[in-house]
This record gives sequence, C-alpha cells and structure tokens, in this order.
Amino acid sequence: MSDKPYFEDPKKANRLLKILYGYLAILLIAEFFIHKHSYFPWEDFPFFHAIYGFVVFVVLILIAKHLLRPLIKRREDYYD
Amino acid sequence: MISPLPPALIFIIGALFIPLFRGTMKGIYALIIPIVSFVSMMSMSAGNHWNYSFLDLSITLFRYDNLSIFFGYIYHLIAIISIIFSQHVKNNTHYMAALIYSGSALGVVFAGDLISLFIFWEMMALAATMLVWDAKTKESYGAGFRYLLFHIIGGLFLLAGIAITIYETGSAEFNFIGLKGLGSWLIFIGFGINCAWPGLHAWIPDAYPNTTPAGGVFMWTFTTKTAIYTLARGFPGAEPLIWIGAIMTVFPIFFAVVENNLRKVLSYSLMNQLGYMVCGIGIGTTLSLNGAISHVFCHILYKALLVMSMGAVMYRTGKINCTDLGGLYKSMPMTAVFCIIGAMSISAFPLFNGFVSKAMVVDAAGQGAMVVVWFLLMFASVGVLEHAGIKVPFHAFFAHDSGIRTKEAPTHMLIAMGVTAFLCIFTGLFPSYLYALLPYPVEYEPYTAAHIVTTMQLLSFGALAYILLVKYGIFPAEMRATNLDIDWTYRKLGRLFVRFCEGPLTGFREAMARTSQRIVKAAIKFATDPLLVPELIVKGAYVGIYKALTSLEDQRRNERLHQLEAKLNYLRGLKETGRYYGTDMPKRPLGWGVLIAFALIFLYMIVYMFRVG
Repeated sequence: MSDKPYFEDPKKANRLLKILYGYLAILLIAEFFIHKHSYFPWEDFPFFHAIYGFVVFVVLILIAKHLLRPLIKRREDYYD
Repeated sequence: MISPLPPALIFIIGALFIPLFRGTMKGIYALIIPIVSFVSMMSMSAGNHWNYSFLDLSITLFRYDNLSIFFGYIYHLIAIISIIFSQHVKNNTHYMAALIYSGSALGVVFAGDLISLFIFWEMMALAATMLVWDAKTKESYGAGFRYLLFHIIGGLFLLAGIAITIYETGSAEFNFIGLKGLGSWLIFIGFGINCAWPGLHAWIPDAYPNTTPAGGVFMWTFTTKTAIYTLARGFPGAEPLIWIGAIMTVFPIFFAVVENNLRKVLSYSLMNQLGYMVCGIGIGTTLSLNGAISHVFCHILYKALLVMSMGAVMYRTGKINCTDLGGLYKSMPMTAVFCIIGAMSISAFPLFNGFVSKAMVVDAAGQGAMVVVWFLLMFASVGVLEHAGIKVPFHAFFAHDSGIRTKEAPTHMLIAMGVTAFLCIFTGLFPSYLYALLPYPVEYEPYTAAHIVTTMQLLSFGALAYILLVKYGIFPAEMRATNLDIDWTYRKLGRLFVRFCEGPLTGFREAMARTSQRIVKAAIKFATDPLLVPELIVKGAYVGIYKALTSLEDQRRNERLHQLEAKLNYLRGLKETGRYYGTDMPKRPLGWGVLIAFALIFLYMIVYMFRVG
C-alpha cells in the first residue's frame, strides 16, 4: 500500500470505481421500490433518468469537442 | 421619530465616507453599512414609503411587499458575506464601487416607480464598471468599457420604453407590465440585456472574469438577479421568456465545456442558472414563479461560494486557468471543501439547496406539459454537473498536480465561504425556512423518494459518463485558447468597421469636400464677373467664324485677326485675375443688395398671397 491519496494511486482509484459501480447498481434497483409521479409517459420507462443522464452527458461532450471547439478556438492572444 | 432611510440611500451615503477610514478600519466600516441597512429595513412595515411627487408622477423609493423584501433579505445577506470576503482589500475604489453597486441594486428592487428604478439601474451599471476597472489590468480596462457601452445601450432601451409607457398610461408606477405595445417591449429588452439573454450575454464572460477576486463576488450577484426581479415583477407569464430561458440553460454549457479559464466557466454557469429563473418566470404559474424566485436565493449563495473559492485560488496563486492549476487540495483543503459544497449545490444534489429550488421550475414545465422545454431543462441539469459540478473543483483542486504549493485562503475568506457553505446546506436540509419567505404560498415537497432517486440517477450516470470518457481518453483536453463568443462581433467586426471609417469612408468624405470647394470657387468666380464667360464664348465664336469666312490673301484680315485674338487672350487672362472696372464704376454697399433681395421676396410674397387669396 502506498501513501498516495486516492485519486493518484491507480489501485485505490480502481477500488473507488468498484464502489461507484455498486452504488449505481443500487440506484437502478431502488427505482423498482418507488412510486414515480411522472408528467410524461417516457418517465415511466425503466431507468429513463439514468439513461438520459448518461447519453446526454456524452452528447454534450462530443458536440463541444468536435463541433464547438473547432469553430470558436483561437490563439490565446487573439484579441491583443 | 425620524423615519429610517431606504437601504439604497444608506449604502450610497455610507459609501461616500469610505475614504475617511484607513487600513483595517475601512473594511470594518464597510461591513457596518449593510448591517445598519438591514436593521433599518427590518424596522419598516409593509407598504409604500418615501413617496414623492415629480412632474405630477409619484415616486416611491421603498416599496415593501412579499417580492421586494425577499430580494432585500438575500441582497443584504450577500452584501455582508461579500464584504467579509473583501477584508484584505484596502483601497477606496473597491469599497465605494461595491457599496454603491449593492445599494443601487437594492434601490431597483425597492423602487415602486419606473423613474427611480431607471436612476438606480444606471447607477448600478456605472458602479459595476468601476468594480471591473478596479482590477487595474489591461484586459479589465477594455472589458470595463465594453461592459459600460453594453449597459448604456440597455439603459437607453429601458429609458425609451419608460418614456413611452408613462406617455401612454400617465403613470410611472412599476407593477405588472405585460407584453403589449412598443413601450413594454422596449422595457422588456432593456431588462433582458441585464439578464444576459442569448445574444445579449457576451458582457458576462467578457467582463466578469476580469474582475478582482473580491469584486467578482459582487458582480456575479447583483446585476443579473436584479433583472430577474424586474422580469418577475413586470413580465410574469410572458411566453417568450419560456423559450429564452430554456435556450439560456442549454447553450452556455457547451461553451463552458471547452473553456480553460475557470472564472469564465462560472460566467457561463451563471447564464445557465439564470435560464432556469427566466424560464420559471415565463411559465408564470405559482409553482414556477416560486421556483424561479427561490432559485434566485439558492443560486446567489452557491454561485457566490464557487466564485469566492475561485477568488481565493486566484488570490493565493494568481492563476485561474485549468491548464495552470491542479492538486491544490493539498495546500488549500478547506477552500476545496467549500468549493465542493458549492459544486454539489449548483448540481442540485439532494441535501443541497439547488435541489429544493430548481426542481420547482422543472416540475412546473412538466405540469404545463412542455415537452421540449422539459427535455432542455433536464439536459441543462446534466450540463451543470459537467462544468460547475465536476470541472471547477476538479481542475482547481485535483486533476494533475501542478506543483503549486501555497497557503490556505486567509481567515476572512474562510469565514465568508464557511457561512455561505453552511447556508447552502441549511436551506437544502430545511427548505421550509426558505419557502416561508417566498411571495406566493408554497405546497411543495422536494424530498420525495421518486424525486431523490430520479435526480440521483440523472446525476450519477452523468458522472459515470464523465469517468468513462476520461478513462478512454475521449474527454477533450483543456487547452490554452481564446474561445470566441458573440463579443467577437463588436471586438473584431467593430475594428473592421473602424478601419472602414478611417479608409474608404474618410476618403469619400474628403473627395466630397474637394468637389464642393471647387463648385463654390467656380460659383464665386462666376458671381464676381457673370458676363465674362458669355463674352468669352461669343468672342471666341466670332474669331472662329471670322477665320472661316475671310480669305487668306486679305491683308487686313491678319491685322484684324491679331487684334481679335489679343482681346480674347486679355479676356482669358481675366479668368484668373478678375476684371478691373476702374474707380469710376458706381459702387453700392452690400446692404443695397440685401435690401433689393428683401424687396423682391416681399414682392413675391404679396403676389403669392394674392394668388392664394
């Protein structure tokens, strides 16, 4: 065991990741024990919020990286 | 008993005495002002106070009702916190500008009429400009000018709208305005410029990151939230606001993803959060208005917390770019914890205050069956997590270790951040205290099992996406760069325009001037000797005809021709020198000419009048 903090030691980071996966699984299972008050039919679709959160995050990053950045990125001294 | 002054006047008059204090006393004196003002505000009763009459219009400097007092509470609270955070600053400009800025924002919020509202509105823009310039850098100098120009334009929209509205209604009272007619639209746009609507927003990412660490805390709070207040008062339920708000929540998050400067990220984050409030005001139901207004309260707290933590980082390290920072949790652990609390709050995790206010707006969109708006707001919730929830704390305090070792933030900053962090969690845990202050009755329970689980799913799987994207190297690296925004139009096209004015436009003007000078000169010459040109033409023609008709052998012809040509040359010479008529010519003073002209005009008038009669 090294003394490095969690986010710098890959071993410890992997252990943290496993805890995270476990927590995500619990979150998904918890959905079956609650009563949703949905406004829209698709909210009742199982894991809708989880899927939406994941997909939207990826879409956001891809658009920002591949569409927006090439469009607006300039030298740091562009305005000087 | 003397009735206490309105908060705005306490702040503004108080600010004038700042230069009398030295060193530490300056900051302590500045801290007393909002406290005195708060006590004074609390001693007032509901209703209109300090009513005056101006040009038959009634002016009300202090309107105490459910909506204005709510802003009064949070503005005083954040003014106190920001001044605690400012204690290391020793210069007059900062405290005077900050106090006048906060005071005029309070003036707008408590103004019962459009005239005093406008005066405080403009004062706010001027004081904020001073706060930008107080950073005393080259960037802040330019950004301050652009800020001022933008807000002067906004103020002119507002002024025109107010003038039309007063002309049409005969009253300057500021209540529900609604979108009806030109005056109301101009006021709407005037408010919208301060609210940083899409396209009118570039002054935020331009000016705010260029402020000082302490000045920024004030900037991020007052101008935009005051605009939210005026929209909530004047335009609740205005349908365009729903779409403006929804777009505002979404488009800045893309810019925030690629931005390197963390305070610029917080600028885009500000716009994204304002979007929820604007959208809530647009939906216009009791739930959505309560949501928008409670979001003002929560947002001011957690955004101030994030801005303060980034301010502390900037104060200690002098750096603010992702590419320069990292690993600061080792030197500034408490600042890191406060930043994370702010990040959790803005991302609306349960137990933090963003959760209890944002949900009301999103739910109101759901209740109204607004499918697209609902999807956009949910999308933006994930976007907040990315840029404010993860990016800001991660790149400043964790990420790759930049090797920077510094001291923890000074005590006064830690106190300011600690109080704010406490309030973020407190209002998150016990939302009923916040809901009790809202202008409309609240029947809302944020902590339902369904709401907690769905929110946690949305955020946690967003975070999972982040981890996976980083792990597989898809996540975009931070880069040193200038990212363009709409301010490009006036910073680059503006320069082109100036160049166009200097080059072609000035050339055209000069050509015009030369031509008109020539025309004038010719006209003067003609006027001094009107007969010369006809004479030249006639004589010239005569010489030509004489030459053509007479035969070459004629002896007298050459003599005659010689005489004629000499005369012609003499006349040509006169074109340059002018004819001398000799002293025996009758001369009349200039007055004669004028008299004759008048006589002719008079004559013409009489003829004309007879003709018409």
